[in-house]
Amino acid sequence: MHEMSICESILGVLKDQARAQKFDKVKRVCVEIGPLSGVEIEALRFGFDVVMRGSLAEEAILDIIETPAKAWCFSCGKDIVLTERYDPCPDCGSHQLQVTGGEELRIKELEVN
Amino acid sequence: MCTVCGCGEGEVRVEGVDKARGQKHDHGHGHGHGHGHHHHDHQHVHDDGHQHHHHGDDGTLDYGAGEAGAAVPGMSRGRMIQLEHDILAKNNSYAAENRNFFANHGILALNLVSSPGSGKTALLVKTIELLGDRLKSYVVEGDQQTSADAERIRATGAPAIQINTGKGCHLDGHMVGHAVEHLAPEDGSVVFIENVGNLVCPAAFDLGEAHKVAILSVTEGEDKPLKYPDMFAASDLVLVNKTDLLPYLDFDIEAAIANARKINPAIKVLQVSAKSGEGMDAWIAWLAAARAMALAGHPLGTAAE
Repeated sequence: MHEMSICESILGVLKDQARAQKFDKVKRVCVEIGPLSGVEIEALRFGFDVVMRGSLAEEAILDIIETPAKAWCFSCGKDIVLTERYDPCPDCGSHQLQVTGGEELRIKELEVN
Repeated sequence: MCTVCGCGEGEVRVEGVDKARGQKHDHGHGHGHGHGHHHHDHQHVHDDGHQHHHHGDDGTLDYGAGEAGAAVPGMSRGRMIQLEHDILAKNNSYAAENRNFFANHGILALNLVSSPGSGKTALLVKTIELLGDRLKSYVVEGDQQTSADAERIRATGAPAIQINTGKGCHLDGHMVGHAVEHLAPEDGSVVFIENVGNLVCPAAFDLGEAHKVAILSVTEGEDKPLKYPDMFAASDLVLVNKTDLLPYLDFDIEAAIANARKINPAIKVLQVSAKSGEGMDAWIAWLAAARAMALAGHPLGTAAE
């Protein structure tokens, strides 16, 4: 549900960047989203279209790079890949994990003119 | 529309400004159309040079309205801009300001998060009563509508301010900054921020608090931490509330705790009943310890003991 406000935040960044970097139209927005960022990608796409309507990014394409969720296992000392926060270590079954990646919620690059 | 919270136009209201501080001033917080202005008395970081963001009405380089007219035929030349910009950076900068304020004043700020109906407000009322004169409490109440919860808190004598988020599903750093400004909490106090009842969205929005405290009532399922992992990952403490109802339910409290620890191995769990008072002493002790941490480095911290 907060994907709308995420899209509002993206639009805010686009407007700030438009002023700072002197462009007036955004053609493509490339964002990095991790599975542990709390963002539902379909909802984000929907929100993006709605929020960008009538803005400098009205026709912008939203490219989403889905980053993997990674963690470090305290028990066996390995780097592992997760799909959910509550996944155990695939090697030893431990839940003593330090999440090291997958919380990304970042605008990576823009294509503008 | 607020670019930070993304809530519906003209929807965010801060209620209780006058009541909270016992003084009369009219802020007209209606967010009317045309010039949706949050009143800004405190300093914000603005990287575009103007003092107050006017929620999209600055019009300087926003070509949104006349996009077709502004386009030059045959001049379409794409340019790539590498950004690596955190989408929540703006919220995080407001949160950082709040955190800075709390640190400078030795204030313990807690962000209470839960589903609707977990008993957050009842728990807060009981907590404020138990703290009594030992620790001055202030409350920021977040709800989509009504000021009912702030009224309940004020009945305890604690200053409270209500934020209505309208269609918004969470509080953000910006709203909390305003609310705290109006509350004007004294040094060494505790500010409880009761977030909108929602186990999803508030996890993503830092408010500048020292800790998120998740409240899980025993009338909910023990699998709730697994269903809403982000919230339990972001919280430092879980209060399992309404334990007075345990005899009537099939709630497996050990399973609930185990599930929370699967998400967050370091999470602390306390079992409480705001109604019977059972377990509240442990929660008060936790608050005292957290408050001592908030006071470390503050003049009151060395003067107190």
